[in-house]
Amino acid sequence: MSGLDLIRSAISNTFRSKTRTTLTVLAIFIGAFTLALTSGVGTGINRYIDTTVSSIGANDVMTVTKTVEDTASGPAKYEPDTTNVESATGRPGSTVEAITAAELDDIRAVPGVESVDPVLTARPNYVEYDGGTQYQAAIGGFVSGMSLDLAAGSEPSSDSDTLEVALPVSYVEPLGFSSDSDAVGKTVTFGVTDQTGASSTIEATVTGVAEAGLLGSSSLTANDALTTALYDAQSVGLSSSSKDSYASVSLRFDPASSDEQVSAIKSDLKELGYDATTVEDQIGSFKTIIDAIVLVLNGFAVIALIAAGFGIVNTLLMSVQERTREIGLMKAMGMGAGRVFGLFSLEAVFIGFLGSAIGALGAILAGTALNGVLANGLLSALPGLTLIAFDPTSIAVIILVVMGIAFLAGTIPALRAARQDPIESLRYE
Amino acid sequence: MPVPVLAARDVKKSYGRGAARFDALKGVSLDIEEGESISIVGKSGSGKSTLMHLLALLDKPSTGAVELSGRDAGALGGRILNRTRNQTFGFVFQQFFLTPNTSVLDNVTLPLRIAGVGGSERRRRGMEALERLELADKAKNKATDLSGGQKQRVVIARALVNEPRVIFADEPTGNLDTATGAVVEEILFDLNRRTGITLIVVTHDEDLAAKTDRSVFIRDGLVVDRNGASA
Repeated sequence: MSGLDLIRSAISNTFRSKTRTTLTVLAIFIGAFTLALTSGVGTGINRYIDTTVSSIGANDVMTVTKTVEDTASGPAKYEPDTTNVESATGRPGSTVEAITAAELDDIRAVPGVESVDPVLTARPNYVEYDGGTQYQAAIGGFVSGMSLDLAAGSEPSSDSDTLEVALPVSYVEPLGFSSDSDAVGKTVTFGVTDQTGASSTIEATVTGVAEAGLLGSSSLTANDALTTALYDAQSVGLSSSSKDSYASVSLRFDPASSDEQVSAIKSDLKELGYDATTVEDQIGSFKTIIDAIVLVLNGFAVIALIAAGFGIVNTLLMSVQERTREIGLMKAMGMGAGRVFGLFSLEAVFIGFLGSAIGALGAILAGTALNGVLANGLLSALPGLTLIAFDPTSIAVIILVVMGIAFLAGTIPALRAARQDPIESLRYE
Repeated sequence: MPVPVLAARDVKKSYGRGAARFDALKGVSLDIEEGESISIVGKSGSGKSTLMHLLALLDKPSTGAVELSGRDAGALGGRILNRTRNQTFGFVFQQFFLTPNTSVLDNVTLPLRIAGVGGSERRRRGMEALERLELADKAKNKATDLSGGQKQRVVIARALVNEPRVIFADEPTGNLDTATGAVVEEILFDLNRRTGITLIVVTHDEDLAAKTDRSVFIRDGLVVDRNGASA
């Protein structure tokens, strides 16, 4: 029997017992549907993270903090020459050991480091436009290489000396602009109170309006010039040593650096007593969590598929039983055991293909429908998020994996069929 | 003297071992000439079916040899053995063994499909075989929808489609009424006479056996004469 005939016979045999095939295909459908959907969620979220986190920072930047001493064996000793500043990342109110201006030079001296800038935390009291209502404003810094998901205008220029800011979409209407594009080019005013209690204002030009992202959806993005201006204004009255104490500094390295060079910089910094994390490290931990969740979900789907695999074993064993005489006849007529094995395992593979292809198709349809519903409902606060995304490779992999499982399940009945003795099979009694 | 198409040389076949050992054939020798019609006659359990299985190369003898055109078939490897069976033999069974829910034509062309013959060639030869048995109009019917006589004609068409040298007919009329049985017999003997296909009929029906050129009687695993005495 030629390969093509073998496939054709296997396919037509599949449809001989329609109810049984339908039920088995249904079992596989459920597993494949779940698998396609869960991996679709993984793809969707990871893709969203990729586009969103590029707004966290540029890829040639490291955030450097002082290594926190291990306090598991008791509290760290106080050292009079250190300053503690409010932690940017820890619990509210918690402090970290500050990096001082002198120490910046140490970091600058590390080979591979191109520039070091303190991360300034600007805390204006409010932002207003044209004497309108004053709103609270959280400021995020902007480094070149970082990208914003812009609704209008352009990103603030990090090289420019003019004070520039990008507003989040949510600020546009409250501040009194008629539209996103209306806000671009206008001047907004920040109110700052310094350490002595005196108030001052700083004006900045709106260069763009940013879409709400997963992170910092409500923070304004300021360029270096604006951040520095705000920081200086709020730091009036601070001693110069506490003004020049930073919770973290950002460090730039050559964007063309290899992974080894980057980790060399990290280990050099580690020796000096600093922790450095790249944007990639931060994304990495996000992704690891997402991947772990998706992996667990996929695990459940695979369990469903393995159960469906037993369904295939059962279906084909019944089929072999029913077709004992047919198998005997084919063997008597000179069909080799290998071909008989092929016939039945191809039938299993085809059942697997049917179930997984229909399952994947169903998942794509259901996912698309669900995305539409979620985008207008639960996830409307996260524009740009396609929760369930399908990429052709992973769909193909799913179908192939299911076909593989089906083949494995089919080997037991197929072996039984292949080993059948034609004489036994053709006995009348 | 021509070389016999099939020959059994002191063939013994036993099943099981020790106390459970059962000797189905206890030393049978037989020559079957090209183009003859021969019947292997015996009661159920006589060993006639075992002899047929050995001659049809479906089984190997415990001792002795089966020769195909003078060559020991025991020396044939699996692949060649399969091909030989496919091309040399046609089978007609009492219980038809037609694949249900499959068209008559597909049933008839099964040996060709196994042989790997292409689709159009298969259809042509299948229709040719069906025409010879006046079943061309039933080609598209489901095999299970036919009457007993029609089914057996389909089986004969299937046995013929590969133009075999030998047809094994195992109780070919066992499941048919007398009139239909007579028609099927007529078809088989006509084939033997007109095309020279060797016909080996396995039966317990002595009337059918009498219509063949020659009868071989089997009892308790041995060839006997018509009256049951050892030959």
